Amino acid sequence: MRNPQLNQHGELQHLLTLDGLPRDILTAILDTAAPFTEVAEREVKKLPLLRGKSVFNLFFENSTRTRTTFEIAAKRLSADVVNLNINTSSAAKGESLLDTVDNLCAMQADMFVVRHAASGAPMLIAQHLQNTGRDHIHVVNAGDGRHAHPTQGLLDMYTIRHFKQDFTNLTVAIVGDVLHSRVARSQIAALTTLGVPEVRVIGPKTLLPTEVEKLGVRVFHDMREGLKGVDVVMMLRLQNERMNGALLPTPQEYYKIWGLTAEKLALAKPDAIVMHPGPMNRGVEIDSAVADGAQAVILPQVTFGIAVRMAVMSMLGSH
Amino acid sequence: MKQLDAEALCRQLAEQIRPHVTPATALVGIYTGGLWLAERLHKELGIQQPLGAIDVSFYRDDYGSKGLHAKPQKTGIPFNVDGAHVILVDDVLYTGRTTRAALNELFDFGRPAAVELAVLVDRGSRELPIAARYCAHTLPEALPRDQSLELQRDDTGGFTLKLTQRT
Repeated sequence: MRNPQLNQHGELQHLLTLDGLPRDILTAILDTAAPFTEVAEREVKKLPLLRGKSVFNLFFENSTRTRTTFEIAAKRLSADVVNLNINTSSAAKGESLLDTVDNLCAMQADMFVVRHAASGAPMLIAQHLQNTGRDHIHVVNAGDGRHAHPTQGLLDMYTIRHFKQDFTNLTVAIVGDVLHSRVARSQIAALTTLGVPEVRVIGPKTLLPTEVEKLGVRVFHDMREGLKGVDVVMMLRLQNERMNGALLPTPQEYYKIWGLTAEKLALAKPDAIVMHPGPMNRGVEIDSAVADGAQAVILPQVTFGIAVRMAVMSMLGSH
Repeated sequence: MKQLDAEALCRQLAEQIRPHVTPATALVGIYTGGLWLAERLHKELGIQQPLGAIDVSFYRDDYGSKGLHAKPQKTGIPFNVDGAHVILVDDVLYTGRTTRAALNELFDFGRPAAVELAVLVDRGSRELPIAARYCAHTLPEALPRDQSLELQRDDTGGFTLKLTQRT
């Protein structure tokens, strides 16, 4: 079966997940993103690539950073951007997902940027477009349930490459609530594809998926042990809103054991970088002194996110 | 087509430009061949303004049909474009579409006082009203469309012009 993200010419048709995305396409996105970073320094921060195209931001779940950076990226490519917060819209009145999509297609949509609490929702839309012969319309997954957040994974890879140049000699640790994290799944897929020799996941048993080691990672339940000698520390947000039941005691207790402090960070390599996809819970998964410290690259991640999203949208929008 | 001596053409081009160089003159090379040429001219002519580079991938008019060029490079204009006397440098002038794209991109950085075009070879077949102020060689007959003429740079920095058949 053909990879549903690629068209018959092997070009990117939709961006749904990094899992199974060929390495050359992943690398091509990162390479394409590099020149887009320069646009932010211009007097006129606009490129004509998506002139006349309409990008619909379909957000069925709250988001500030992701929606805003997608919006900025699309606008810098000269697209017309329409933001729909479906929480407060037709879905609340009972309209189905695909009916919403069909209506927006009738408004000449060229691209959908979709965030949804249900894993697989962007894939469902992509299949629907394919089944109805609308191959000129593209879907970008902006985060679906626990499944994937591919542009976050890509901007993380861009950030690592920016600071560390080469993936093939790195040890990378992903720390925290992997169980609820679509970000972690996208990160693991991308790191593995790009040839990172050692990917570690660090967290309490209750917040790691069962059989997580089958993703090709080394599992640590002791944070100090897991951080020893790593080049990159990728923190995850504790996703309180997705938890039901007694997965952990209290945020204070969590911070004591799993929070990234300067003392724990000192176990990593001296030039290790600290990343976080945001929004941060200071004093829960990360100490303020680390979040604002010299090793943190959390704000560059946000800036690179715009360039990476411009790269993805311009690669999709040409066909 | 008779063999062209790229090194000799480069020297001729420099001599054409030299009488017109002022402290306000700035060079901008178009990736990839045009930038190599601009680097050489920049040194040869002792241009005071830092050298600029443009990759026109994001401004091409065939994006909708051909997609994004693989491996686009960073555009960098390290001088103030407002009021500058800019000479755009490219290796080969053909349809004029690359020059059009470069002009559009340049104007997103500011309003230059003047823009001129310098090329090593004019191969004919223009599709836009664009002409080079400085041109070292104009082919007596336009090259066929299925042939591609490009500047090459060897390991020692030496220039040659390479004619290839497009497949």
